[in-house]
Amino acid sequence: MTGSGGAAVALRGATLRFGHHVIWENLDLDIAPGECLAILGPNGAGKTTLLKVLLGLLPLSAGTVTIDGQAPRRGSAQTGYVPQQRDFDRDLPIRGRDLVQFGVDGHRLGLPLTRARQVDAAIEAVGAEDYADAPVGLLSGGQQQRLRIAQALAGRPRLLLCDEPLLSLDPASQHSVTTLLNAYHREHGTTVVFVTHEITPVASFVDRVLYVAGGHWAAGTPDAVMTTQRLSALYGTHIDVIRVHGRIVVIGGDDPAGHHHLPGSDHIHHAGHDHGAQEH
Amino acid sequence: MSLAFLLAQPFAQHALLAAALVAVSCGLIGPFVVTRGMAFAVHGTAELAFTGAAAGLIVANNPVTGALAGSLVVAALIATLGARQRERDSAIGAILAFGMGIGILLLGHYQGFATAATNILFGNIFGVSGSQLLILVIIGLVVVAVMATWYRPLLFASIDPDAAEARGVPVRRLGLMFLVVLALTVTGAAQVVGTLLVLSLAITPAAAAQRLSASPLVVAALSVIFAVAAADGGLLASFEASNVKASVFITSISFAIYLAARLAGPLLRDRRQYSRENRHAQPHDRAYPRYEPGPTGTSAATATPQGDEPPEQPDRHVPSGLGWPGGPVGRLGTQGLPAGNTRPSRSEKTSLQRLRHPGLRPAETPGDIPRSGLLGFSARFP
Repeated sequence: MTGSGGAAVALRGATLRFGHHVIWENLDLDIAPGECLAILGPNGAGKTTLLKVLLGLLPLSAGTVTIDGQAPRRGSAQTGYVPQQRDFDRDLPIRGRDLVQFGVDGHRLGLPLTRARQVDAAIEAVGAEDYADAPVGLLSGGQQQRLRIAQALAGRPRLLLCDEPLLSLDPASQHSVTTLLNAYHREHGTTVVFVTHEITPVASFVDRVLYVAGGHWAAGTPDAVMTTQRLSALYGTHIDVIRVHGRIVVIGGDDPAGHHHLPGSDHIHHAGHDHGAQEH
Repeated sequence: MSLAFLLAQPFAQHALLAAALVAVSCGLIGPFVVTRGMAFAVHGTAELAFTGAAAGLIVANNPVTGALAGSLVVAALIATLGARQRERDSAIGAILAFGMGIGILLLGHYQGFATAATNILFGNIFGVSGSQLLILVIIGLVVVAVMATWYRPLLFASIDPDAAEARGVPVRRLGLMFLVVLALTVTGAAQVVGTLLVLSLAITPAAAAQRLSASPLVVAALSVIFAVAAADGGLLASFEASNVKASVFITSISFAIYLAARLAGPLLRDRRQYSRENRHAQPHDRAYPRYEPGPTGTSAATATPQGDEPPEQPDRHVPSGLGWPGGPVGRLGTQGLPAGNTRPSRSEKTSLQRLRHPGLRPAETPGDIPRSGLLGFSARFP
């Protein structure tokens, strides 16, 4: 709205440090309204923390961030959030419908006696009608994830932030969740930002990726960023990016198996001595 | 003394009222205690309420105020020592043991009536004086008012703290508030059933309610009803058999309800399943699209190349007792049960078609998304 040329999200010189540890610095990024951006990078690269900044849960150490021209506000109705997938307990006394309703009025006081109309709409939008009245703890990971997305959509957000929406889902559920996100994003022009480990399932529908590693970053289309040259520069060590049958496989120089379950701190050390931040 | 005669007495009426109010607060906090995994915190708070009550008895001959002070101190300690459940539980264990020791030391020095000590441990609402009863009533009203006001955000924060925090719910402050509410409730319950048996009002009714429903409001209502039935039912029974302590009846009724709920749960599940089947002519085709697994179910990469679905990889089957938690896979077995949404469900397709976006090609999307196969998950990061 102001200053940032109508960008849905604008980051200027955004820097985040914990003590002396730099998570990322001098991040300049405009996310256009209706754009779909995937945030990629090793563990510990500060992907989730970036979402926390956008949610207004963490202040920047330096630089500015605006959403629709305003500083992020915690609990803003404009922003929907799908937290990192984790299974609900089997015995949790809550149905899918209740989970979705939290997205409408979970922050309000009083007893949830009224049934919100948006809840049904959101459940329908994610195709969860058939199990909306089942206890969430008994649903599959994919079904739970749909309900979380419905919860985030129930508030009719203009910006949707998802943290690892595909984590621990089987390929079939991954596919159905990405299809769902893509469809909603296109239909409603919602700006979507999501953190992911895997580019492959989403490469066909994201507009741009933001790759964060070792305090540095690169942004651009998947084809432009996900290259051997670009990622090697980012990590400061040789990285192979291989495309096989539409899959994008990133292989580290030292450990071809990839260790995305390990903390990424070792990458941070040998990254970034000679490479500055890259602007697309 | 006949029951009718006793019921006409103001002391009996006051006791029943106070017990009912205590039970309502217990019934309200119970589901949250279970959901937040704080059963041990309840027990720990109650044990320390014992120490407080013993101190109150010696200092001012007022165990209720002492118990209140004791449980509030514990709430503060739990808040400072442990945020995560595991950390919290070990901290509570350490405090609990030490606190009980102090309590026994204090009781050893108490020169008054011996029954006062057993009343702390096993409860005696009739031994509570009028002014102390008033304290209990005020505590009960405060707990009910707080729970009714913050019910929704507290539930949200208990179920899904990350999403709740992003939505603007003060998760941490609500957690602290709940500890205080817990301390107040435990103080009240300790007068009715005794510090050792607080769990029979604070946990058992909620645990029974959870066997019967998955709706938070229904669970809350059942939990309150069960707690009141146990508390007042136990008191009434003790009127008839005055040589047995009321807490014996209260814990027995509470446990009987729990047993009945455990037995009734599966029966209700079956009935629910029937109603689901009857509602749909072809229940499973409609409710849960069923999919053929891949040729071997091992590798999607070796499956037929065009437009097929990735193999079925159900991460968890939904038991047939869909409406009820904790149910084993019912007698339908796994046949016809949902399998992790292998393919967009019918409703999803409808909503996708409804979107009618030119760029959206539902028929093509399965092929567009590359599958992971023999090479394992793609795009692993170095």
